[in-house]
Amino acid sequence: MRWILLSLLALVLVAPARALTPAQARSLVAGEVESRVAALNAVLATADDKTVALIQALSDDAVKITDSAVFVMKDGKGFDPVTGAEKPVPETAEDVVNNNEMRSELDAALASIKLFAPDDKVRAEAVKTLAGGDIGEAKLPLIEKAFAKENVPSIKEAIGRVRSAMLLGSADKSKRLDAANALGATGTPATKTLLLDRLKVETEPDVKSAVEAALRQIEARLAWGERLGVIFTGISLGSILLLVALGLAITYGLMGVINMAHGELMMIGAYATYVIQNLFRSLLPGAFEWYLLLAIPASFLAAALVGAVLERSVIRWLYGRPLETLLATWGISLVLQQAVRSLFGAQNVPVENPAWLSGGVDVMSNLTLPFNRLAIIAFAVLVLAGVSALIARTRLGLFVRGVTQNRKMAACMGVNTARIDTYAFALGSGIAGLAGCALSQVGNVGPDLGQGYIVDSFMVVVLGGVGQLAGTVYAAVGLGVLNKLLEGWQGAVLAKIMVLVFIVVFIQKRPQGIFAMKGRSAEA
Amino acid sequence: MNTTRRQAGKTLTAIALGVAGLGLAPFAHAADTIKVGVLHSLSGTMAISESVLKDTVLMTIDEINAKGGLLGKKLEAVVVDPASNWPLFAEKAKQLIDQDKVAVTFGCWTSVSRKSVLPVYEEKNALLFYPVQYEGEELSKNVFYTGAAPNQQAIPAVEYLMSKAGGGAKRWVLLGTDYVYPRTTNKILRAFLHSKGVKDEDIDEKYTPFGHSDYQTIVADIKKFAAGGKTAVVSTINGDSNVPFYKELGNAGLKAKDVPVVAFSVGEEELRGVDTKPLVGHLAAWNYFMSIKSPANTAFIKQWSDYAKAKGIAGHKDKPLTNDPMEATYIGIHMWAQAVKKAGSTDTDKVIAAMAGQTFPAPSGITSEMDPKNHHLHKSVFIGEIKADGQFNVVWKTPGPVKAEPWSPFIPENKGKKDEPAMMAKK
Repeated sequence: MRWILLSLLALVLVAPARALTPAQARSLVAGEVESRVAALNAVLATADDKTVALIQALSDDAVKITDSAVFVMKDGKGFDPVTGAEKPVPETAEDVVNNNEMRSELDAALASIKLFAPDDKVRAEAVKTLAGGDIGEAKLPLIEKAFAKENVPSIKEAIGRVRSAMLLGSADKSKRLDAANALGATGTPATKTLLLDRLKVETEPDVKSAVEAALRQIEARLAWGERLGVIFTGISLGSILLLVALGLAITYGLMGVINMAHGELMMIGAYATYVIQNLFRSLLPGAFEWYLLLAIPASFLAAALVGAVLERSVIRWLYGRPLETLLATWGISLVLQQAVRSLFGAQNVPVENPAWLSGGVDVMSNLTLPFNRLAIIAFAVLVLAGVSALIARTRLGLFVRGVTQNRKMAACMGVNTARIDTYAFALGSGIAGLAGCALSQVGNVGPDLGQGYIVDSFMVVVLGGVGQLAGTVYAAVGLGVLNKLLEGWQGAVLAKIMVLVFIVVFIQKRPQGIFAMKGRSAEA
Repeated sequence: MNTTRRQAGKTLTAIALGVAGLGLAPFAHAADTIKVGVLHSLSGTMAISESVLKDTVLMTIDEINAKGGLLGKKLEAVVVDPASNWPLFAEKAKQLIDQDKVAVTFGCWTSVSRKSVLPVYEEKNALLFYPVQYEGEELSKNVFYTGAAPNQQAIPAVEYLMSKAGGGAKRWVLLGTDYVYPRTTNKILRAFLHSKGVKDEDIDEKYTPFGHSDYQTIVADIKKFAAGGKTAVVSTINGDSNVPFYKELGNAGLKAKDVPVVAFSVGEEELRGVDTKPLVGHLAAWNYFMSIKSPANTAFIKQWSDYAKAKGIAGHKDKPLTNDPMEATYIGIHMWAQAVKKAGSTDTDKVIAAMAGQTFPAPSGITSEMDPKNHHLHKSVFIGEIKADGQFNVVWKTPGPVKAEPWSPFIPENKGKKDEPAMMAKK
């Protein structure tokens, strides 16, 4: 597909396309980076489809080289870049190595060729690539040509900005002045870099003031992106804290079990995600992108099952004995960790983000909202809605509330309290499993995964007020935003300390948390 | 219960005798072997990195024994597990020296564990080989440092990023986990950058707690900082915190070609079990990469693969990987064996004297040389770009081996310190 597209692109190029010569092909792939870049810029203006194909292959790391020949690799077979004929690749052929400088030159070259693509989307994408990096002066004629030819206004404007950025270094003072004025309207960090560099060397006072004005405009715009960014990261951290604490809000908050193995239940959820991912990869490679849809229920079930077994076998004997529960569940957490180590090994296991969770959406030039973070926020909201509906609206929820408020009375009314305990504990554990599934998308999956979150989750539940779902939500989001504000101001290490100090002081002043349970059951 | 008290007592005595017998058994052969201590964590957080070094030592000992051993004796490994517990390192070191009477110890990974055992080795005048890159600022007569000093890893990496090929970085983010190695390395790097004319406002030094997993703010800050000029990130982030960091970088749209990150603690072993897609193109600086093509390396990798398969080492039996500290361990043992042969004895002082100037064909393709004076190896520095398969693509290397500077000239207090261990009072 791509090859057909590229050959189309090349046809549109206005310059007389000259055929790629073997010498040119060699100069593109072999030698020092500097000479290769020069060769690249030399062939660019007159690139034919073979050249474009070769540049694309280089950018995809699909070119091999021997002392005498160059091969473009496709599906494990080698092709001659000049004739396009298939050639056997000798054993001694080595991969062409591109360093970061070469790679950005290749990308910029491809993008400037794509500026002539018939498809609007391809052109818009190409301008975006060009606007992000800094491009050598050698491409100015190409950009000028693309600017003159472009007739979609939004793309023309974007190309104009790229052109202005290049003209900023022009020897002609009026051109520089125009460029500086035009650049004020953009808001990318890359332009800011350019303007700053220009400001250092600029001697003409009126150009200098134009550059300064443009810089002020850009900075004002960037500041907004930063502020929104802090709030977003805070909410994102809050959503993770919420997921992590929600299960505990049930097992500890409602049932009063100090569950030190809560983190390990998350770990089990994360490992369930890993197992499902591997199953999809080996059995259903075509549907790999959607493995998470199955991983979510699987992680819930796996953790809920382990939770139910724990409750039946250990915890139910310890109700009302918090110290023993603490010790027993801590022991269980060690057992679970070691079990996972024996089963999966001590090393972290790789959980891949599906493609639709990689990358992000550009809201502003300096604010990208990553898809995985957005998905976790949405997921946290869904889980929260599900849990509160379950507790508030269903028969099971009614029983759970009844049993936790007055066990004896509930039993008298015919509620099987032992079974309700198991269900409630399994529910809390299952939600921990869901949290583990979410965490697998942002961090490491290893036997120690739960350890890093156990303190955080207790912090959120205690701060929010034991026995309150609403309190947990406020505490999670509040702590997330507070943490990120402090981190932006004082760095990660101090922020963590300050948050802990804040919580200690807060609990001193208000031991019952943000929301206290009202009524007689508060003392129970 | 039918067992009378007397019977029970007899059983106990029998067990005790048995245990004592087992405990004594090794001493029966003590005279026929040279004992080699292995002091690497086999459990706890560092086990992931350190346990393969234990296997590397055992493999090399097998190799030397297969060639007839040393001074007509076989080598015998004594493996202890300090369990990632820094004070326990010192206890285990004492046990190795006093109880097991080892001739030499290969061990330690973190700087704090090395600092913990150092007084033991100096007091008992015993020998330690330390195989990991570290922050320098130390030179003991009783230690041979086969890993890199800062000028053999950190400084060349920064020089590369400054060069045109490396992207010509003007601004620097020094990002690390909050402990001694990153702090000292960054102190040296800051002084080095000053010497190259980089101003303080173009350096942003940042630390995160151990096990940090939320890098959103840091990545946002890097993005903001990078708007002020071409920026590179020098990362001394420890272990598995690297994964969330690179993931966040990728998702925030910061590509390796825009803001390259060079890491000093990310190697082949650390990339196992990592989704490498967001890391491709980022850099690491080491003195050895598994992807280096040299006859010595081919042989080394083959030896390791065969050994891992034969011993069924978890992970490595299916996908054998070699890395820089393994190479450093391998070189260290061979050099020690050569020095023992030259000295004709395992006596600490004689071996130390014989170590000076030892050479060995290193898997990295150079002839590795032990400096005649400063107890560090001369090493070539390689910069590698991470590839999708978890290996590294070498994009740059120093023209030849670099001599180690354990006392960095970029720390003012080091002025006048001699590039050799101070002579210690003989016991």
